[in-house]
Amino acid sequence: MSIKLGVPSKGRLMEKTFDWFGERGVTLGRSGSDREYAGRVDGIDGVELVLLSAGEIPRELAAGRIHLGVTGTDLIREKLGRWDMQVETLVELGFGHADLILAVPQCWVDVDVLDDLDAAAAAFRRDHGFRLRIATKYHRLVRDFLRDHGVADYQLVDSQGATEGTVKNETAEAVADITSTGETLRANHLKILEDGLILKSQATLFRARRVDMSDADRATLRELMTLLSIE
Amino acid sequence: MALWQGHTPELRAQVRACAARLRDEFAAAGAQPVECPILLPAATLLDLYGEDIRARAYVTSDALRGEQMMRPDFTVPVVQMHMEGGAEPARYTYAGEVFRRQEEDEARANEYLQVGLEIFDGSDPAAADAEVFARVQSATSRLLLRAATGDMGILMAAVDGLDTSAARKAALHRHIWRPRRFRSLLDRFAGRAAPVPSRVALLEASDPFANAGTEVGLRRRAEVEARIEALRADAATPPISDREIDLIDTLLDVKETLPFAIERLRDIAVDMPSIADAVETVARRAKALEARGVDITSLEFEVAYGRHQMEYYDGFVFGFYDVSRPYLPPVASGGRYDALTRVLGRQSGRPEGIPAVGGVIRPGLMVELGESA
Repeated sequence: MSIKLGVPSKGRLMEKTFDWFGERGVTLGRSGSDREYAGRVDGIDGVELVLLSAGEIPRELAAGRIHLGVTGTDLIREKLGRWDMQVETLVELGFGHADLILAVPQCWVDVDVLDDLDAAAAAFRRDHGFRLRIATKYHRLVRDFLRDHGVADYQLVDSQGATEGTVKNETAEAVADITSTGETLRANHLKILEDGLILKSQATLFRARRVDMSDADRATLRELMTLLSIE
Repeated sequence: MALWQGHTPELRAQVRACAARLRDEFAAAGAQPVECPILLPAATLLDLYGEDIRARAYVTSDALRGEQMMRPDFTVPVVQMHMEGGAEPARYTYAGEVFRRQEEDEARANEYLQVGLEIFDGSDPAAADAEVFARVQSATSRLLLRAATGDMGILMAAVDGLDTSAARKAALHRHIWRPRRFRSLLDRFAGRAAPVPSRVALLEASDPFANAGTEVGLRRRAEVEARIEALRADAATPPISDREIDLIDTLLDVKETLPFAIERLRDIAVDMPSIADAVETVARRAKALEARGVDITSLEFEVAYGRHQMEYYDGFVFGFYDVSRPYLPPVASGGRYDALTRVLGRQSGRPEGIPAVGGVIRPGLMVELGESA
């Protein structure tokens, strides 16, 4: 048996994760060619690297198929019900910062806060005969946020990519999406609501709570935690 | 193999038998047994409840019929069926599974039997309210349950009677079921909340559209202008008086046994005449409950009861809770939903709706509670 560590399989998130572990004496890398999704781990025995899509890591952790995983807080909270019962936050890695925010067209000069959005949604439904559409792929997080803040008369429409474009294409009136600098939003004539920050996310190392471990696995996990300076 | 909702086959058989007994009791009271589909068109439910329903009901879809919802309750399909051509007055009973998403508490069942009684009869609403309550109470009388009651009509009448603009009343009315938003609106309309700086700036700007940039999206400039006008009108509206806010607070605090609650409400109605009719509705219902043999001297009445449910009930509301395990969902609940029949009636060319009241019981909970009693 060994401890399985799930890491995003491509892009900057993978590189930065490799760097973060490398700085702490645990060298992660791909085995073989760049296209092969198998990994190797140097600096500690009994740890196996599993390269996965960042979006699949929450599910794999919840199912106990991996012991540890690096992914964004946003994905964990969106995909897992009662997430804190299923995974434990070990350490925030200090990169992959992204905010899940609510944005509306810049030309809506009358809408700056959620209170305005709610009033605009009521009028929109009356005028157009359907509920104001908010495009997002974070359905649960956005719905919970809007319910907590008492916003009504909206509907969520699914958008798995190019979400900022939905307003111009008139398939949505507002968006809830991840942003780091806000540049894409500005380029699409959108502005963030003043109180529209739904979640601050960053790359985080999580531990699966519901997973079988042998005594040897437990010892390996302790050794790894020590190497990574995690209490 | 997973047990059905944690029940053994023997327990499941008991639950089914209990459901059949309850339905037979309602049928013996003249209710016509009906069946409803499990898969309902999602559009109707979404239109009624908004996005929140997705957090509570399972949604599925196919390429032909589009989005379907697994029935979260029977009321909507029963009302639809009735509005399509049921004779009046009418009363229906049903027993079947309902499905509720549970994302916060794994201990709560996501599939359970519900038995219900729905009465469509405008001749004597107080008597119909009392009958549904009394029948549900008697059907669950073997258990030690605490009944809670309320009436959404009281707060609605209080809002409609406020000395303020129609727009403000409509905004408050819209959020009666969202207590936090309702409170923040009330604070704002009373001039108690600090004004939002960006809104102040907008209303003071000589050209509000100076930084509007490129116009994008379906919500057009005219709609933005209309909202700015509404904001200006609102800014010019005098604050709701402290006296009226205090009366609303006093009203929301009313929680007494029914006879004392009515006395208290009549006292408040002296200063707030707009609620007088709604209070007399409660009083008439109390008489009708007494006539049905309900002990109203120990029956709780709370003005704020029912505000945390989905926007559905608009009059009488009630729930029955296990005394020793108050954290369990209600064993039975129900209420009056006249407005729902008007909304659903529009689709059947009957926008006038029909006065309607109903109640549901969870035989699964009854059997569990009876087991441990």
